[in-house]
Amino acid sequence: MGIPTFDYIRPKSLGDARKAYDAAGDARYIAGGQTLLPVMKQRLAQPASVIDLGGIAGLSGIQVEGKSLTIGAMTRHADVAASPDVRRLIPALAHLAGLIGDPQVRNRGTMGGSLANNDPSADYPAAVLGLGAIVLTDSRSIAADEFFDGLFTTSLEESEIIRAISFPVPERAHYEKFAHPASRFALVGVMVSKGAEGVRVAATGAGQTGVFRVPEMEAALAKSFTAAAIEGITVPADDMIADMHASGAYRAQLVGVLARRAVAAIS
Amino acid sequence: MPSGPGVSAELPLASQNGTRTLRTDPKAAPHAIDQETERPMPEITLTVNGTPQNLDVPANALLVDVLRDTLNLTGTHIGCDTSQCGACTVHLDGRSAKSCTVLAVQADGAHITTIEGLQSGATLHPMQEAFRKHHGLQCGFCTPGMIMAAVALVEDKPEIDEAGVRHGLEGNLCRCTGYQNIVAAVLDGARTMHSTKAGG
Repeated sequence: MGIPTFDYIRPKSLGDARKAYDAAGDARYIAGGQTLLPVMKQRLAQPASVIDLGGIAGLSGIQVEGKSLTIGAMTRHADVAASPDVRRLIPALAHLAGLIGDPQVRNRGTMGGSLANNDPSADYPAAVLGLGAIVLTDSRSIAADEFFDGLFTTSLEESEIIRAISFPVPERAHYEKFAHPASRFALVGVMVSKGAEGVRVAATGAGQTGVFRVPEMEAALAKSFTAAAIEGITVPADDMIADMHASGAYRAQLVGVLARRAVAAIS
Repeated sequence: MPSGPGVSAELPLASQNGTRTLRTDPKAAPHAIDQETERPMPEITLTVNGTPQNLDVPANALLVDVLRDTLNLTGTHIGCDTSQCGACTVHLDGRSAKSCTVLAVQADGAHITTIEGLQSGATLHPMQEAFRKHHGLQCGFCTPGMIMAAVALVEDKPEIDEAGVRHGLEGNLCRCTGYQNIVAAVLDGARTMHSTKAGG
């Protein structure tokens, strides 16, 4: 199929990467490339410059810092899934990472790349919003609630780069996913967590504007953390994605089912 | 006609310091020019099946194209070219990757193993042997990718079971077999790989 050519730039620092991006005008960053390269093959993106973040030291790895886990933006999904620290402290996150794509994709794809792309059917947005993480960029910290901004859109500035993601360690959390059988994307995925900051319920794959929280479920679960407590709480079918794979009503139904399963798994 | 990225048919392979160098023009240091786009081509080093290769590649060259067209390692197949089928699976620094969804320049400095690098001498790798024994194929198109994915999958999993194999091969499609013999081959290949390891 081939990809139209471009200038390839491999900076050694975040500062140089940003300078290169600003100088190029029409540029895209590449992390693992598991979305960008297919998108470029389809001519849905034809940047004049591709800036590879793979040459910048210090963007990969997983660190335990007090009551949080900080994961470098270039950390591969496979490493998140296999990390003893993630499995011990936030097993729901390791579980989620292990459900992304397939082994080959997990060996290349990165957390930062997935979040910057903000595909409405990706898994990591549910983790970041459902666990109340903080996105650390080269210039600031962005709370999960401020980060996601609609389909394929985030509050990142044009050339801003995600450096790491900091996850508070919850008391308990679980991710339930109904995967599309061919693509392995989430037809719907729901992350439920209970921690110092309260209860969070975040759904991906479902909303027309991307990942979203379900405040009614959170309030009910704060009173009683049982699947029965959210029985009957629904999300509006009209706000859900409707496509050849599933109707809005079907996705709305799945949000409820998966949320109850997630709660049941940890209550 | 050029036979692939960075190669001109009339120029022989230059041998420098034990590494093979494929250049459009060996004198044009540091960057050769891509004849089609007139852009400079990044120089990269790949260690492919144990042999270091210095290559000038266009920025937009995919790893699979460099392996197949420049290095003539055509055992790595292109099936869907959309990172779904896994026919192009190779090992990149020891981990399975779909080489149709990696830029060659991204792999600069990496160790690549292709299906051609799996056997030792005339002896098939235990996973290759298991696919032969269990007839884990029909047309054979998916087989190189299937075997590379399988070797990476079971490498550190001596206890892998059928469910683990089926889950672990989600990134590889076979349109002939229905997977039954492939799964049997991978389980058997895993046993042989680990018993060989245990036996030294």
